[in-house]
Amino acid sequence: MTGILFKLLFTFAKIGLFTFGGGYAMIPLIEKEIIQANKWLSMNEFVDIIAIAEVTPGPVAVNSATYVGYKMAGTLGAAFATTGVILPSFLIVISLASLFLKYKDTPSIKAVSKGLRAAVTAMIASAALSTAKASVIDLKTIIIIGLIVFGIFKMKIHPIICIFLAGILGIALWVLSGATA
Amino acid sequence: MHLLLKIFIAFFKIGLFTFGGGHAMVPLIQKEVVDGKGWIDEEDFVDILALAQTAPGPVAANTSVFVGYRLVGISGAIWALLGAVLPSFIVILVVAMFFTKVANSPVVGAIFSGIRPAVVALVASAAITIGKTAIRDFKGAAICVAAFIAVAILDVHPIFIIIGSGVIGYIFFKDDEIQKLNNKINEQ
Repeated sequence: MTGILFKLLFTFAKIGLFTFGGGYAMIPLIEKEIIQANKWLSMNEFVDIIAIAEVTPGPVAVNSATYVGYKMAGTLGAAFATTGVILPSFLIVISLASLFLKYKDTPSIKAVSKGLRAAVTAMIASAALSTAKASVIDLKTIIIIGLIVFGIFKMKIHPIICIFLAGILGIALWVLSGATA
Repeated sequence: MHLLLKIFIAFFKIGLFTFGGGHAMVPLIQKEVVDGKGWIDEEDFVDILALAQTAPGPVAANTSVFVGYRLVGISGAIWALLGAVLPSFIVILVVAMFFTKVANSPVVGAIFSGIRPAVVALVASAAITIGKTAIRDFKGAAICVAAFIAVAILDVHPIFIIIGSGVIGYIFFKDDEIQKLNNKINEQ
């Protein structure tokens, strides 16, 4: 039992350590480690997990770790696998954060920050664009975007409330209108 | 209430409502941590977002660690991360135990057909508010446009965008920042 727990911890630590950019960037590595090397899951189960990850909150990597860990060794397995996947980034971010906070008021780091901030704006805008490509597919989705944009900018509705409203709109537009999603 | 508990609750809320991973969390963190509680100012928040992408692992988890660390140090980082990860841990555990087929239900499908476009609007609004803080002059705007082309059209990996924009920022703004520092010293 202890053997599998530590194997889960180390395997997911490896996945956490070598994936940059988060989200779907992790999928090829998870596939290689979990399906091919360890045979912990079949390809079909993995596709199910991705589908589940899409309808549950949280990062795909964390969701996969929890699911695989649970399947292999119960709740304790889930805890070990989830800890593994976030541990490397935890340690690295702590080191980066302490360095950054120490030097952030020097002219060099301030200059670097200005460049980074401009790029982060672009990266978030690009994330909006790529999610739009995947999810804005018909009139219904355009209506939802329009309503939520109005809600955020004109009515200053909290993002969490927006998520709720969008879910209700989803039921209204897709279930009650009789069409399947 | 103790600050650590407040941090945990704030990130639990953020973790619970982040669908679609990564950048979908940005508007929520912004609302909770920057606008709502005033724990971190807008400029520091944008710096944190940049650094969270230079580390491996989920961007959302990295951001929570960074914010927690900035507020209280290591213990803050641990509580923020626990808060951010626990909702998905619990949900996946319940799903794995009881309903593996939940993703195939038509009602769940409809709910997420509604949420997905809303996430686009939320992320776009985050880009706009962050842009207002991050881009102050022509040089910043040029970096932003170049980075957008690189990531959205040329499909360059985010880590190279971060490194590249840091180097360009250093070249563009270093003299300005030294000048500012000298002015400050002269004033004193």
